[in-house]
Amino acid sequence: MSIIQKSATEQLALLQSGEITSVELTQAYLERINAVDTSVGAFLRVESETALAQAVKIDRKRKAGESLGKLAGLPVAIKDILCTINTPTTCGSRMLENFAPPYNATVVEKLLAADAVILGRTNMDEFAMGSSTENSAYHPTYNPWDTSRIPGGSSGGAAACVSADMAPLSVGTDTGGSIRQPAALCGCVGLKPTYGRVSRYGLIAFASSLDQIGPLAKTVEDAALLMEVLAGYDPLDSTSVNIPVPAYSESVGKPLENLTLGVVEHHFGEGIDPEIESAVKQAIAIYESLGASIKNIELPHADYGIATYYIIAPCEASSNLARYDGAHYGYRVDQAEVLAELAEDGSDEGPLVRMYRKTRSQGFGAEVQRRIMLGTYALSEGYYDAFYLKAQKVRRLIRKDYDQAFEQVDMIIGPVTANPAFAKGEKASDPMAMYLEDLYTVTANLAGVAGISLPCGFTENGLPIGLQLQAAPFQEEKLLRAAQMFQNATDFHTRRPEIS
Amino acid sequence: MSDAAYDIVIGLEVHVQLKTNTKLFCRCSTEFGNPPNTQTCPVCLGMPGSLPVMNSKAYFLGMKTALALNCRIPNYTKWDRKNYFYPDLPKGYQTSQFDLPMSEEGYLDIKSTKDEFEPRRVRIIRAHLEEDAGKSMHDEAAGRADSRIDLNRTGTPLLEIVSYPDMRSAVEAKAYMQELRLLLTYLDVSDCNMQEGSLRCDANVNLHIPTDDGMIATPIVEIKNMNSFRSVERGITYEAKRQYDVWKETGKVLGELPKQTRGWDDSAQVTRSQREKEESADYRYFPCPDLVPVVVTDEQIEEVRKEIVELPAMLRERLESDFGLTTYTADVIVNQGRGLVDYFLKLAEVSEDNKLAGNWVQGEVLRTLNELEITVDEFNISPEQLAGLLKLIQSGDLDSSKAKSVFAVMLESGKSAADVVDEMGIEKVDQGELEDLCRQLIERNQRVVDDVKSGNEKAVGALIGQAKKENPNVNPGQVRQICLDIINDM
Repeated sequence: MSIIQKSATEQLALLQSGEITSVELTQAYLERINAVDTSVGAFLRVESETALAQAVKIDRKRKAGESLGKLAGLPVAIKDILCTINTPTTCGSRMLENFAPPYNATVVEKLLAADAVILGRTNMDEFAMGSSTENSAYHPTYNPWDTSRIPGGSSGGAAACVSADMAPLSVGTDTGGSIRQPAALCGCVGLKPTYGRVSRYGLIAFASSLDQIGPLAKTVEDAALLMEVLAGYDPLDSTSVNIPVPAYSESVGKPLENLTLGVVEHHFGEGIDPEIESAVKQAIAIYESLGASIKNIELPHADYGIATYYIIAPCEASSNLARYDGAHYGYRVDQAEVLAELAEDGSDEGPLVRMYRKTRSQGFGAEVQRRIMLGTYALSEGYYDAFYLKAQKVRRLIRKDYDQAFEQVDMIIGPVTANPAFAKGEKASDPMAMYLEDLYTVTANLAGVAGISLPCGFTENGLPIGLQLQAAPFQEEKLLRAAQMFQNATDFHTRRPEIS
Repeated sequence: MSDAAYDIVIGLEVHVQLKTNTKLFCRCSTEFGNPPNTQTCPVCLGMPGSLPVMNSKAYFLGMKTALALNCRIPNYTKWDRKNYFYPDLPKGYQTSQFDLPMSEEGYLDIKSTKDEFEPRRVRIIRAHLEEDAGKSMHDEAAGRADSRIDLNRTGTPLLEIVSYPDMRSAVEAKAYMQELRLLLTYLDVSDCNMQEGSLRCDANVNLHIPTDDGMIATPIVEIKNMNSFRSVERGITYEAKRQYDVWKETGKVLGELPKQTRGWDDSAQVTRSQREKEESADYRYFPCPDLVPVVVTDEQIEEVRKEIVELPAMLRERLESDFGLTTYTADVIVNQGRGLVDYFLKLAEVSEDNKLAGNWVQGEVLRTLNELEITVDEFNISPEQLAGLLKLIQSGDLDSSKAKSVFAVMLESGKSAADVVDEMGIEKVDQGELEDLCRQLIERNQRVVDDVKSGNEKAVGALIGQAKKENPNVNPGQVRQICLDIINDM
């Protein structure tokens, strides 16, 4: 097994024992990216020079016997949505093509403090809006298991790079399923933490009340290792919660006793791919064989999840994205073009308003514009009560459903997606079909609970299938331990794609 | 205004910049007057991924002000986004408070010592916190099409105080602004500089006109850009007349025209229609998901209430009732701010003569401060020194005109009243000596005696003049009294 196929936890042990250096490891990944990313398109930018410089620095520190961070020498890929000082951070959008923030996201600070080596920026749907990474303004990302298919999204690059052994660890964000769905479709592990567990400072906002940053990795232990670094209270984010971060990487190997898992019957039946249904049911049986008891539960309002999500998220997005107006930074339409157009159409619209309009029409892609319009409409006078307010009420009911469920069970077990990875372009012209990709994942964001996706099988065509576990707020530790129990009993996580 | 053809109905929206060192949602300085865009950071610039964190100092200053305005403080409030596009608003929304403001239902009492209007309780609908926008500087005058944006002010905490439409004249509106400013100054929550924009006033104005068909109301107009108390008075006066003329011409009443915004042009002394704001009708308010709601306990509210100092209205009453000052004198002293009030209180205590102290503070002291354009802190005669002078007046050693001369020298030299009196050669005239002088003068002026006897006491003034020629140190008041006593005994 080559070094890049090993898990991050194994690589860390080799780095610590001196069997490999960070430079060697980083170099190996850079070579792998060179070899396969033309077929996958996981990265928007590979930062070879700074990555190698950082690796040299960490190797030197290690040699000098200095104290090192938890990820010392491990390469990490970052979704291109996390601000990094003086480094382009595009959010997959034309609008921010030339934007380099003057500050670091808190999680970037944490990664640097942990002595991670930042390998590059991964591709994503523009402003994290999408489920296929086809909405990137730059290029699509392909699924490493079948490059005619999409990797899921919006953290498609983050999942694909891990699955294709182009990075041992990567950081993604999840607003309605954007970590868990691509992790499922690419056959890796992806954790969406509880809302407030990880600081959002420097995460370019899509929907502020739903966005969370989380780890993607090949194994559960690796996800636990990265999560330990990402999590924690941040005085710069008043929605982050000030409770201690458990040592996830130390406890992850301890199996849970008397585990009770809830199954929502509603998750199966109509609409779900039979291969997925059978893989997930198989997974439930494995848990049973590990001593877990299974209980049928109801999430009565879960059916309204998609409708609720597609009101709240666009409402927040319409306001969050108002700042991209061409006045202060980012893309701005050419002034001569504005003036010429105004002269030609004789409109009494002022040049400022026309500048806004054209900047936003040209700088944003179709899906982003669609969601801005949806949100603007839903917040408008006369519609607010019927849409936004109603959605907030349903959101509280969904949270209540979860609270009641977690009184009966430790975790909820079920599918991540209804179908395996679909073909590129298959749903591009059907936004509703695309929105339904989030069917099983959005409720965790609406309720603010934690969820994890882990490999639980393959279709006959060799496409990965994901299993979702959801736990009560701030129960990431248990979630990771339960996931690890399953991983110990199976070998789905060890299979790697052959990239054509 | 009972004889006027209409009633003016006025409600004011006042924006107060709160005196915090840092902005409402970031740690940037709020100092005024620095080079453009030097007091900014990713948060107040609205850069992607930046997040606001509330400055609790601003919240407590807002609460203190609201309590002083007799407002109710709810235990739970939240932040909302007011969405609109403008270059001086870098996030594309202003963080404000919409349906759950931090305070509501208070009042401020106003009255006029010059009887310009009946005492009035102006009710306050709400006072809420929000962030200030930046400043746009349009360079159109220079013939250039560019506009420049200064974001130093962006994010400065503002308290918006909204009154009910309870005022009925421009003078009342001005008095409300002046009383509010005074209150804010006593509370020390704002610089209250209208020129620098730390205190800003928008007025909603319309008319109630009695007609044969009953009372009609004219469409409401919001007046902006009134940057002084005088502008507030003049702008509203102008606008009322304009609305009356427009109504006579068009007959349009409330509801038939949309709410209009007009700007006060101070140089032309007119209000002018301002271009309608983009999408002004719909700000699409919704709760800001980046900020947690604010929960304050009753104990916290009571702690803040304890910090509230004695307010102008209470002080005026105390100076009248406990110190016997006239309404006018109490008003003049209190309106100058707490510094002068403290000066008066000390002077009254040391001089043991409240009325004399009040008159001197309201008179010579205030005149001097105004002439020298200094504050009472910079005034170099201490209350103790001035009390020394007042003692000499009380004992009859100095008359008021001499006392003023002594005061002038004290101001120049910083010396005590006694030293100045010595240096000026002012000597106290012996009582016997003074009586002798008076008798001599009476003997020499039979005509004055006759005049006084026939009821013209003023005639004795001629004797005072002669006495001063004989001895410059005599006290005119004493001369007058002695002469009258002697004549009346004759």
